[in-house]
Amino acid sequence: MIPNNETYNDKVVQQFTVMTVVWGVVGMLVGVIIAAQLYWPALNFDISFLSYGRLRPLHTNAVIFAFGGCALFATSLYVVQRTCHVRLISDKLASFVFWGWQAVIVLAAITLPLGFTQGKEYAELAWPIDILIAVVWVAYGILFFGTIVKRRVSHIYVANWFYGGFIIAVAVLHIVNSLALPTSAMHSYPIYSGVVDAMVQWWYGHNAVGFFLTAGFLGMMYYFVPSQAGRPIYSYRLSIVHFWALIAIYMWAGPHHLQYTSVPDWAQSLGMVFSLILLAPSWGGMINGMMTLSGAWHKLRTDPILKFLIVSLSFYGMSTFEGPMMSIKTVNALSHYTDWTIGHVHSGALGWVAMISIGACYMLIPRTLNLKSMFSVKWIDYHFWVHTIGVLLYAASMWISGIGQGLMSRATNPDGTLTYAFVEIVKFTYPYYFIRLLGGLLVIVGMLLMAWNVFKTFQMAKDVKPQPVLEPALAH
Amino acid sequence: MTGFWSIYIAAFVVLNIIGCVGLLWYTAHRRANKVNQAETTGHVWDGNLTELNKPLPRWWINLFYLTIVFSIGYMVIYPGFGSFAGTKAWSSVGQLKAEEAQMQELWNARYARFEGQPIDVLAKDPEAVQVGQNIFANNCAACHGSLGLGAVGYPNLTDDDWLWGGSPDQILTTILNGRAGVMPAWGPALAEGNQLAAVSAYTLSLSGGERNELSVRGAATYNTLCVACHGADGKGMQALGAPNLTDNVWLHGSDPAAITRIIAEGKTNQMPPHGPLLGDTRARLAGAYVWSLRPAGQ
Repeated sequence: MIPNNETYNDKVVQQFTVMTVVWGVVGMLVGVIIAAQLYWPALNFDISFLSYGRLRPLHTNAVIFAFGGCALFATSLYVVQRTCHVRLISDKLASFVFWGWQAVIVLAAITLPLGFTQGKEYAELAWPIDILIAVVWVAYGILFFGTIVKRRVSHIYVANWFYGGFIIAVAVLHIVNSLALPTSAMHSYPIYSGVVDAMVQWWYGHNAVGFFLTAGFLGMMYYFVPSQAGRPIYSYRLSIVHFWALIAIYMWAGPHHLQYTSVPDWAQSLGMVFSLILLAPSWGGMINGMMTLSGAWHKLRTDPILKFLIVSLSFYGMSTFEGPMMSIKTVNALSHYTDWTIGHVHSGALGWVAMISIGACYMLIPRTLNLKSMFSVKWIDYHFWVHTIGVLLYAASMWISGIGQGLMSRATNPDGTLTYAFVEIVKFTYPYYFIRLLGGLLVIVGMLLMAWNVFKTFQMAKDVKPQPVLEPALAH
Repeated sequence: MTGFWSIYIAAFVVLNIIGCVGLLWYTAHRRANKVNQAETTGHVWDGNLTELNKPLPRWWINLFYLTIVFSIGYMVIYPGFGSFAGTKAWSSVGQLKAEEAQMQELWNARYARFEGQPIDVLAKDPEAVQVGQNIFANNCAACHGSLGLGAVGYPNLTDDDWLWGGSPDQILTTILNGRAGVMPAWGPALAEGNQLAAVSAYTLSLSGGERNELSVRGAATYNTLCVACHGADGKGMQALGAPNLTDNVWLHGSDPAAITRIIAEGKTNQMPPHGPLLGDTRARLAGAYVWSLRPAGQ
């Protein structure tokens, strides 16, 4: 029996949800600015902290860790309570995780434009901030797993496996990759050197994709897709196989970021073959999500949230096919160091990660405010279309420019010289940078629509009472 | 890689692949006939979340096995399985060396006749100039421009003004060995009075700039400090790479402020040596293209 005064802690969920939207707007706006700078370089106004090299890490950190991170915190803390039928173990800890994470984001937004960086991609933040991240993350782990321990149902719901895997792996990745010897308040040297440093960095970098941007968001998918579709998960056993295979194999794939470098050949090969083996486990999640919708396809006509979820799964399937293909050495020789990589990352980040997060936010906000739906369902539909068209423009333009760059870079004359000078490749790329900018603008327009819709929805909510913890259903 | 680490890596690879196959085999076969496809597992969360337990899609299982079979085959042929080099004994360094050797062979066959030729002779051969232009585009255009017109700080190669000499041999030497031009910083020495502005005005007057009281005053300083390299007549000295100041060609900008700044702050300008990069014959071909850029009639 649940004490009748026990309610869910939806405050922290709402806080993280709102900040998901806020940081989404900020992070994507910075993205649009740097996309514009690539087309009109004068837009850095010769101001150091507006220069591309400083804003680019701000953009990636804001979108991955601020926008994506807040979405993961919001949904995981919602899902763990709903599927364990229990309140979070500690409101104070929840509050600490929220404010701690916001502090990390604000510190990143200040230090990155000022030029403080460790020079490691996706791990740029200076060592004091790394320590704060580690502390907040461990607190988050205690909050999440503590709540799992207190659960009132014996079976742990599949979404929680994925969230749990994501939390543990990100802690390990962040701490191991950030080990450094400080030399001043904002500067440090990594304890690894040379090729080992590169290996550790891309073991981290790829698993940030694998666990932060994949496993975490699969957890989101496993709750919000069946919940919104009103359908059972397609296959329990499929979820078991693809979960264990995914988390075991992702760990190997890092060296595919270092093909044809001084990393040993055996490591490059293993990075490639395990990336290929990763295809089926990745697709397991897509199949389970898509097939969960079978029998509810008619709902797509009326429910734009479901459209977000299903299209996000399509982008997930597409980019988890593209990734293994790009890790094949011969393909990588063409694709690496070109815009193809940028297109690949964005079909994952804007297609998969952003769309499933946006769909989840549109579900979470009215649910936690005791409302039937968002202020405007029609605006959700508009958001869906501008976002989808934006992502397609983005990905398609980067595919063309990336493959073109790769082909032009390797073209040779019969005398052994390169056919194209670097500047000719830049010239070829230039129009696609404009199309990419247009895609980015559409995405940010969608995010602004969302922000206004969220604002109006909060205005509609009156006297929101905390929701009582639901009695678990009796197992039959 | 020592024996221990080789076994360590190989063991992990085997363990992981066997783990995947085992998991796949087990879940694909377990109770395959007993699953009621319409029924859920019986677990319910959050009021209405349930799970079916449909069999794994056959095509998905096959895809999974296919990638594993491919990977095992790949590790037999290529390095990856600990220190086992693979049956092909392939390595990325080996591939690079082979491609370089192939390129060298092509080079030897096609361009042996250009070997050791002076660049002005090569410049008469349209094929040599064409190849030279390609080499120039790959290696020189980043600084000197696609057409050799140069930019601020990077000499124009199409005029007849040569810092280090414009004979075929001198041009080749510049390409092969590079050049380092050093203009000392005179700011501290000229700090007193209006000396800096005066020298700057005199320098400009050498190239047809206005002669006035200031420039005349600068002449005295010029004749003590600048004369050693740029000469009494201001025509420079090619042995030192000291520019001719009388031809109104200004490498670092022609406005008085730019000239004053160079006098005050000095400048070390580097043409990197390209011999190690291009080798002798290709340096000669690039030189032939540069030679072909000279103004007509010279």
